[in-house]
Amino acid sequence: MTPERLQVRKTYKLWIGGAFVRSESGRYDETDGFNYPRASRKDVRDAVAAARKAAKPWAARTAYNRGQILYRAAEALESRAGVMGVPRDEVDASVDVLLHYAGWTDKLHAVLGGINPVAAPFLSFSLPEPTGVVGIVAPDAPALLGLVAELAPALAAGNVAVAILSETEPLPGLDLAEALGVSDVPSGVVNLVSGRRAELAGALGAHRDLNAIVDAAGDAELSTELDKLAAETIKRARHSAAATTYEAATDDALERLHAVTELKTAWHPVGA
Amino acid sequence: MNPSVETRTSIVWDYSPAPESADHIRLKDRYGLFIDGDFKDPADGRYVPTINPATEEPIAEVADGGPDDVAAAVESARDAHPKWAALKGLERAKYLFRIARLIQERSRELAVVETLDGGKPLRESRDVDIPLAAAHFFHYAGWADKLHYGVNAREVRPLGVVGQIVPWNFPLLMAAWKLAPALACGNVAILKPAETTPLTALLLAEICQEAELPPGVVTILPGDGSTGASLVRAPGVDKVAFTGSTAVGRDIQAALAGTGAHLTLELGGKSANIVFEDAALDQAVEGIVNGIFFNQGHVCCAGSRLLIQESVRDEVISKLWARMGRLRVGDPMDKNTDVGAINSAEQLSRIETLVAAGEEEGATRQSIACELPEHGYWFAPTLFTDVSPAHRIAVEEIFGPVVSVLTFRTQAEAIEKANNSRYGLAAGIWTDKGSKAFEVAGALQAGVVWQNTYNHFDPTAAFGGYKESGFGREGGPAGLRPYLEVVR
Repeated sequence: MTPERLQVRKTYKLWIGGAFVRSESGRYDETDGFNYPRASRKDVRDAVAAARKAAKPWAARTAYNRGQILYRAAEALESRAGVMGVPRDEVDASVDVLLHYAGWTDKLHAVLGGINPVAAPFLSFSLPEPTGVVGIVAPDAPALLGLVAELAPALAAGNVAVAILSETEPLPGLDLAEALGVSDVPSGVVNLVSGRRAELAGALGAHRDLNAIVDAAGDAELSTELDKLAAETIKRARHSAAATTYEAATDDALERLHAVTELKTAWHPVGA
Repeated sequence: MNPSVETRTSIVWDYSPAPESADHIRLKDRYGLFIDGDFKDPADGRYVPTINPATEEPIAEVADGGPDDVAAAVESARDAHPKWAALKGLERAKYLFRIARLIQERSRELAVVETLDGGKPLRESRDVDIPLAAAHFFHYAGWADKLHYGVNAREVRPLGVVGQIVPWNFPLLMAAWKLAPALACGNVAILKPAETTPLTALLLAEICQEAELPPGVVTILPGDGSTGASLVRAPGVDKVAFTGSTAVGRDIQAALAGTGAHLTLELGGKSANIVFEDAALDQAVEGIVNGIFFNQGHVCCAGSRLLIQESVRDEVISKLWARMGRLRVGDPMDKNTDVGAINSAEQLSRIETLVAAGEEEGATRQSIACELPEHGYWFAPTLFTDVSPAHRIAVEEIFGPVVSVLTFRTQAEAIEKANNSRYGLAAGIWTDKGSKAFEVAGALQAGVVWQNTYNHFDPTAAFGGYKESGFGREGGPAGLRPYLEVVR
């Protein structure tokens, strides 16, 4: 009789700049028998710096390429459906949301932009561009879908993101990092941070190199604080309820995409 | 240190004075608050004179709205909203078309009053401000019955009462940018014109009466910064739209934190105008002049950071300086004037402070020699060279006829320098190479990019900023979104 095999336990880590790292603070919390990092404000700042570095190359990729990467992320998540630690239908909805937004990358320009028939000899057009680095405060529940619903539109519009995960159920978000890590998402494009929201959300919202904040935590007091912090550098701020279904995450797709999009108008001479 | 002042280049032929007549203007001595379809005295009875910045003479007395007036305005607007929102789109459109037509009909009068009240050259108010204001109403009138097409939604609804604050640099045009989309979308609007330039907005109130716009749909609430502060904080205001400085925009955004009120901001800029060595340089010089001296540089998207490729730096500066010497500075009512009066004593002192800082920090100042009128507020068009990217004059918005020159060697350096700003409102590119223009336009973090032109506006083309230049767009279908709620 062979001795009973000892399980190899998983060490949960933050995902910052494409690396799986412990909190620089060395702190951790415990849930469901697993330790996971309790990130510090410094970790949040590192994550924003990593995101900024990844922003330009990600935005410069073709829409087709970004669409394929998001599709690949959906594939990777589907294949891990059984180990995400959330109900199967929540994983299914999350996969579908990724798929939905994968299809948006090369359609946003036609829907939000267009040619402006100006009354002068110019070719004038307005096109959406990513706003840049988007900070996401994910809801506690649903831990996976609530995160994906905010992350997917930001990425589809060409942004990079730093997300503070569900405080009560951080593991699905950290598991998502592993799925994204094997789906061609370039380093730094998505950064996922677990810890105490009260400590981290303010540091994220106050970061001067963040362009937009998307808050789905559903905490009125926190929303007000994030709005005030946003005003410091005129950040775009969007607050929404946690998405609990595929429909909730996609029915208002254009509003979600618009919230993390800038419109650039260019004028080029015709003739002359 | 004294500015280097060159003797004015002699002009071979000169213009005779060509003043526009103000005889046909029928201004009242006193304007109240336009609330509920009528002009009313302010609750505390306070009237303040509005002066002509070119002469410092008072033009008329204008009510100064206080908190009680704001409350009355909101009440009247709230009452008016349900009926206006329920009106068929086409019927709302008809009112807006009427307003557009009436602006065209009264365009000469509006142009003269705009120039008297604000100091901008008559040529500009006549050829730019007033026609574009009419065009804006005309454009959005046509949207009123097509809103869901504009935002790709099955169903939309208006937000309710919108509070709008406009600046003093394009008083009527900015009022049009704010009011036309708001009304087309079925909102009612309370507009606060700028303290120093309330008159054309009050004439627009008369136009609303003439168009038989239902009372309360448009409220014009003149006043100062405190009036604006009460307006944005007033309960019952569902949306705020502000055009002005980044500092005030930040205060408003903070004040609305957690209230759920909608907000769009069109704020300051420090826009880069980039001249590449392959540009048609004479054309570029005209564009530089238009970019920074249009409206005395009181333009949020003014091309105030001039980036010149090193190989053509001397040639461009010498051509620019020669061209600047031919700018005609003075009486805004003269149809030949290029650069008019600075809008207010306060703004003049802001310009002087920043220009002094430029000299102290070591940049080289050249201001053109020109005879400035004895009264009024004036600032001679000014060029700064030897500017470092860290100088205040390269970082802060001057909002005056002052251009700071920086240089670059490569395209990559030009893009990096242009984007090295907390602002992101506009940019200019001067090059004859099409593919380069598209590449650079794509890389600039700016809401508007002009190639081989500058300061061109159109109601069909979205305008608004990146980064700390604000959020939300005005113009085109994108200009509808800030005034609508999408119903799923």
